[in-house]
Formats: sequence, C-alpha cells, structure tokens
Amino acid sequence: MSHRKQVLGPDDVRRAVTRMAHEVIERNRGVDGVVLLGMQRGGVWLAQLLGSEIARIAATVPIGTIDVSLHRDDIGLRPVSPGTSSDVPVEVQGATVVLVDDVLYTGRTVRAALDAVSDFGRPQAIQLAVLIDRGHRELPIRPDFIGKNLPTSSDEEVEVTPDGVIIIESELST
Amino acid sequence: MMQQHNMVLVGATVIDETGERRADVRVREGTIAEIGSDLSAGDDELVDVTGCIVAPGFVDLHTHLREPGMPEAETIETGSRAAALGGYTAVVAMPNTDPTQDCVEVVEFVSKRGREVGLCDVRPSGSITIGRAGTHLTPFAELAAVGVHIFTDDGLGVQDEGLMRRALEYAGELGVVLAQHCEVASLTKGAVMHEGECCSHLGLPGWPALAEELMVHRDIELSRLTGSPVHLLHLSTARSVEMVRAAKTDGLVVTAEATPHHISLNDERLASFDTRFKVNPPLRTTADIEAVKEGLLDGTIDAIATDHAPHPPVAKDRPLDEAPPGMLGLETALGVARSQLDCSWQHLLGAMSWRPAKIAGIDDRHGRPIAVGESANLAVIDPDSQWEVDPSALASRSRNTPFIGVGLTARIRHTVFEGRIVVRDGKATA
Amino acid sequence: MTLHFRSVEEAGAERIHRLLDLTEHMAAVGRRPNPKVPALRGKTVCNLFFEDSTRTRMSFDLAAKRLSADTMTLAVSSSSVNKGESLRDTVETLDAMGVDAFVVRHRTSGVPWQVAGWTPAAVINAGDGWHAHPTQALLDAYTIRQRRGIANDFSGLKVAVVGDIRHSRVARSTTDILQLLGAEVVHVAPRTLLPPTSDVATTSNFDDVVGDVDVVYMLRMQRERMGEGLVPDGGEYSRRFALDERRASALRPDALLMHPGPMNRGVEMMVDPTELLQSTVLDQVTNGIASRMAVLFELLGSGGIEE
Repeated sequence: MSHRKQVLGPDDVRRAVTRMAHEVIERNRGVDGVVLLGMQRGGVWLAQLLGSEIARIAATVPIGTIDVSLHRDDIGLRPVSPGTSSDVPVEVQGATVVLVDDVLYTGRTVRAALDAVSDFGRPQAIQLAVLIDRGHRELPIRPDFIGKNLPTSSDEEVEVTPDGVIIIESELST
Repeated sequence: MMQQHNMVLVGATVIDETGERRADVRVREGTIAEIGSDLSAGDDELVDVTGCIVAPGFVDLHTHLREPGMPEAETIETGSRAAALGGYTAVVAMPNTDPTQDCVEVVEFVSKRGREVGLCDVRPSGSITIGRAGTHLTPFAELAAVGVHIFTDDGLGVQDEGLMRRALEYAGELGVVLAQHCEVASLTKGAVMHEGECCSHLGLPGWPALAEELMVHRDIELSRLTGSPVHLLHLSTARSVEMVRAAKTDGLVVTAEATPHHISLNDERLASFDTRFKVNPPLRTTADIEAVKEGLLDGTIDAIATDHAPHPPVAKDRPLDEAPPGMLGLETALGVARSQLDCSWQHLLGAMSWRPAKIAGIDDRHGRPIAVGESANLAVIDPDSQWEVDPSALASRSRNTPFIGVGLTARIRHTVFEGRIVVRDGKATA
Repeated sequence: MTLHFRSVEEAGAERIHRLLDLTEHMAAVGRRPNPKVPALRGKTVCNLFFEDSTRTRMSFDLAAKRLSADTMTLAVSSSSVNKGESLRDTVETLDAMGVDAFVVRHRTSGVPWQVAGWTPAAVINAGDGWHAHPTQALLDAYTIRQRRGIANDFSGLKVAVVGDIRHSRVARSTTDILQLLGAEVVHVAPRTLLPPTSDVATTSNFDDVVGDVDVVYMLRMQRERMGEGLVPDGGEYSRRFALDERRASALRPDALLMHPGPMNRGVEMMVDPTELLQSTVLDQVTNGIASRMAVLFELLGSGGIEE
C-alpha cells in the first residue's frame, strides 16, 4: 500500500520550466553555443519542453539525449540494460552543454553523465538543469537551474511528469 | 589364511537356479553345512537377514582391475573390495594391464595377488593376441594350464578376420572361450559418442552402430564356420541383439553380456559434455536400450557384466577427445540393474550369478545352487533398500561413475566369500 | 547461478534478442570520438585459447578493453600444454588469480561446459570443436540486420550456408541463430561434409540456390580435409562449391555475401570479396568487436538477467 501525494500540478510544472528557460538564457547571455541534452530516460521530455520554451522566448537550441548506462558506478550491483541510446546532434567540443533531468537525488547519475558527455568531446562548460532537487546528495554535485526544492525522505519515491509531481510514500512494515 | 566364519543366516528368502524358498542357511568351514527352517544358532554367529534375499555370489565377466600397471586408477585390492561390496564373489579380470595378461608370469601375478587380498575370486583372462596388438596369437594352452578360461583383446576388437578364424579354430579344441570387443576400428576413428542425431547436434565425432554390428555378424559366422564358442562383450545395439537371437535359434554357441549403463543411460547424456558418460561402446539411443533390455529379459543376452573401468580424476578431467572411455560399475550394478529390468529376482540373479559363472567356467564354485556341501559364496541382498551412491564411501580408488547422487533400489547387505563375511552391513570387513 | 554465453541454443531467444539490441548500443559507442566506456572497470577477462586464432583473440581482447576491463591471455597450442597438468588444473590455477570471465577456445567440443564446472567465473565460448561459436553467430546476425535494415525478425529471409558443414561450429551456431530469428536456411555441401543427421534442408547443388537466396554464407574449407578422403583432391571441391566469377555474378544485387574469415583463396573463394558490393566481410570484423562487447557487458556488467 502506498501513499500518493501530489505536490505540483501541471501549471506549476509549466511555470517552473518557463522560469528555468529564462535563467538559462540569462546565465549564458543568449543561446549561442548552448545545447540541451536530456538524460535518459526521465530528462528527455523535460529537455524538449525546456527547449521549446527557450525557442519561444529567444531562439531554437539543439536538443539531444544522453544515455549513461555504460558509465554508471553501480554496474554489477544493480541489473542494467541500456534500452536507450545517446543522440548528440551537434559537436560537443567547445559547446555549453546543459544536462537536463527530472529529479536530482544522489548525484551519481549526473556524475556518469559528465563522463558520458566527455566521450563526445570537450565542452566549454556543462550546466545542470533539474525540475526537482530532492536532496540526499552523495557526491559534490549541484544544479545550476532548479524547478523546485523538494525535501524528501529516502523511503519516498518522486514521480515527475508534465502533469505534475507526486511523492509516493511506500508503507514499510509498521 | 583367513579365519573362517561359522554363521547361520536367518529369516531370508533363498533364490538360486533351482528356485525360491524361505530357508535358513548355516555356513561352517567355508561350505554350506545345513539348510532348514528355524535353525538355531548354537555356537555359530546368528546373522539376522529377515526380509533379505540370499543368493549365490555374483560373477562379473568383465572387470578392469588395472593391476599391474595403473595403480592410480585401481589395484587388485581396491577392485576386489569394490567387487565384494557389489555382491561379487568372482570377477574375470580383463587383460589390458601393463604388461598385458598374455603370458603365464603376469597371469600368475594377478591370481596370486587376488588370493592374497582374499576378498573375491580374481580370475585373470588372457588376451587373444600378444600385447593386444592384433597380429600374433597368445599361447592359449599355456595360459589355460594355469586356469585361464576366457581370452579377449578387450578395449580393442580383433580386426583381422583371418586371424580371428585361426584363433577360434585353435581355441575351440582347448575348451576355452574367446570373447570379443566388437568394434571395426576404421569406422570409429576419433569417435567419442554414438553416431546419430545427438552427435550431429553436438558436433562430436560419432561411433556408428554398424561398427559393432559388423563384427558381431562376423564372429557369429566365424563361430558357425569353426564350431567354436564365442562370447560377445558389452552388446549395445538393437541389431546386435537381433543377430545373437538368430544365432541362438540356429543352435550356435554364442553367448553375450550387457552392462548396467547400456540399459539405463542414453546418448543424450553427452549433451552435458561430462566425460563420465564417455564409454566404449558408447551410450546408445533409447530404442537400443529397450532392445538390450528385451535381450536380457528373454535370455538372448545371458549375463550382466559391469565393464568396471576405473580412471582417476586427472584422466577424466580432460577434453572429451582426450579423456579415456569407461565408468565404474561393480558397486552400482545391482542397484541399476534392479531398477531397469522388469523381471523376477530369479531371472535377474541368473544374469548376475549362475549364467556368467558358466560362461567363465567357474560354475564349480560360483553360482552354485545353495545346497549342503556347496562352497559358501553368497550375496545377501536387501531388495527394498533405497540408497544413493556416496562418492566418499566407494571402495574403488577412482570416482568416475555418473550414478553419484542417483537414487537406486536394492543393495548388498552382506557378502560371504568362501565362507567368510567380507562385507557386513554394507561395509567391507577388510 | 552464473550466466554464461556458450551456445545460441543455451542462450535462448530472449537473450539473443537482447544481445542483438545491446550490440547496436556497443556499435554506437564504437563510432564515438572516444570509443571506450568505464562499464567493466576492475573486471578481469582471461582469454584461454587452446587453438591458434589471432583474429578472434584480438577481437575479444579489444572488446574487453573498450569496456575498460583488464585482460590476460593464455594462448596454448595443445602440444605445449604440460601433459601432466589436466585442463582442470590449468583453469583452477588461472581462476586463483582472480578472473571474472574466461573466453575459451578449444579444438574439442564441450570444453566451455567442462571449464564452467571448475570455476565460478562466467564462461564465453570462443569456439569449441565442431560444436558452437555463438559470438560469431551474433555478429553475423547483427551484420545481416544492419545491412538489410531489418530488426530482429528475419522471416522470409533465405540463407545458404556453403561448405564443410560437418566440421563447422560456425555453420551450427549461425544456422541456429538464423532459424531462431525466423530465417530459412539451406546447407550446401557434398554428403561427406554434412553431419550424419540433419534437420536443416540440404543440397549439393550450389548453382541451384546461389541466385535465389538473400544471403550466401561461405565457410572456410580446410585443405587438410582433402587429405582425409572426405572430398577428392584437386579442383573438384572448388568447381562444385567455391564462389567463383560465374556464381558471384549470379548473386542478386541485394544479396549479402558473408564469410567468417580467414578466407582460403583458391579453395572456397575464387574471387576477391572486397570487389563485390554484396560482401559483408569487413563489416563482420567491425561488428565482431561490438557483439563481443555486448556479451561481456551482459555477463559482467549487467549483473545477470535484468529485473
């Protein structure tokens, strides 16, 4: 039995993404050299949404995806099978890569993404955009653009979609 | 000289060639002293064998004791102990030792050692050709004079038809028996398993049934031509059984044996690539197994013979083409045979005791009816015992049996050899 | 239960499909500026090659290194193996050095199964006797998939495998994988070079099929076989079963010409395949790295079957 609590609705999500889009443009003084890479799988739709907001406000930016399953540090501890791939549409060399993910948690997936991106070349900078930062970092990773800070406990799960953000509390044995 | 045991076996069913009856059996000074009901022990040891079968001790026509030459695999001592644990009071020791049992010196060495060990009657066979090289005949008469009755080049078949004919003619008048390992070598080069669907699938060189059948046919016809008896070792194919059946119908003196593994394991076992399943002749198809069983049930195949072939782990832990063929058999023969053959105890015991005793020419002391005055060579069987082979309990020096951990029915409780209990409650006494 | 990759049959359809998809990922990795990923860092892969084979060994070695694994190689020609040391001793000694996976090639069928009984490590079959060569099958299937632009459904595809089927582990494994994926296979060989029994369609007339099939898969014909009396000496084998000019021009333009390598020019190949558009020979080599990376990753990286 699990407890589901909606903490953000679809409008909240839209508003947060719009604000983040402004922040990306401001921080980078425009969109020259910027490429968004959605992290497989959760960040892919978000990168599309963020990208279309940026395009509405300023100009189109190239959007791609990055799969980190071959760079994780927990290989052998957890079963993994890359059913997704990386699609990097432009030269990474010298670009400003904005990694996009739905939830930032321990930071390990982002660390793997940093490695994965460097396989494609040496960017000028890598920035991180996340919709939700739920805390519990295990590595020194910090986001550049945040939708919302959402403190959670480790036995909770966070579900993020365009329709909103839900916290799922699994009822452990009493 | 070992001490005799004087004992009374009480409460068993006695089964021998003459029939089946409830009776107590008294053994004194190596012979059967009394048979009756409710015998009292008196000074003799009372051995309670209620629920058991008392039968004449088993005779194995086909055992490899590996001594002289391969002590890491087996010795006459460890092999005799394994035989006794399997209910055998006599074994015919195969001649592919090193040096070969093709001369009086080696034969007498084996007999003498067997007597020293004293756990069963070790009867060395002689080879048909010197060194089993297939070219020159062994001096049959010389070896017969020291008690050899069976001659075989086992491990190899005699390839030369002309030589085999002369051997049969010569042996015939001496009253000895030539036994053939039927394998036409030019058809089995490099073979590691039966040639058929399974070997095609597994990509392994195959041993066609025809390689056995051609020589079975040949030797039956040579027996017909020469009038000499021939014994066919480890028959494995349906067609071989058919030919022997026809030969017997024609009145020829052709006898045959089959192993417990050839009535229980088929060629699909090789899919595990486990070298314990590599044997010569190879494990065949289910249809062949059924035909061999049929042959044992209708008497076409006279005897069960183990082809006990010990090999140490270092030899078997090799790729399939390098590993030597063979598996153990003495300690599991009864359990496997009983679980596979749907026949009376008397018929099964005939295949393990009195019929092989006659073929081996030792039916003066073994396979005898259990009657007063006869030598006390007995197997006491617990017919309902359910047991599993424990590798650490095997008496053989080697461990190459695929029956480890397999559930078997029927087990030897005691073995009496020349009036002495050499196996008591499933354990060797020496 | 340790997972191994020893034959197509043992792996089964589900794993084969997954491995083909995984090969796609690994091929993508291979196209990156840095074709190396840290996925198997800290893992040790031991190449145990009892049969001479530089190409396959190097392919496995490179695949392991591309995944950041450490490799070691014991290349033994059977005559130099200490006769007193059993196969088991060799495996157990190496195992004690800390091996996560053995890649085994041996001239006798079944050795990868025997090896697995003596070590807790994963075992990959790099070719055992006449029996199996599953990584070859994987790269062959992947090559067809890639060149034909089809996914894992090969229904309707007709493949002719030509040559010494009887003694060929490539023939067995590639036939298995093709049939598993739905293709129709025919074996083209003289009777003496077919196994005793066969559940695959066979013919000894190459010309009957060469112009009809989607894939012609040529097997290497060893010259030694002629010495064994399996086929007559001289040009007879080549006249009947080689890919010569005439047969090469009979190939459909969209057909694929495959060969596991190395080629015996003048025996089964009378033309230079690199001059044929239909040839996939070089693709097969490239795809060999990706498919072997997929297998290594599946066994050592993914922690076994995916939940």
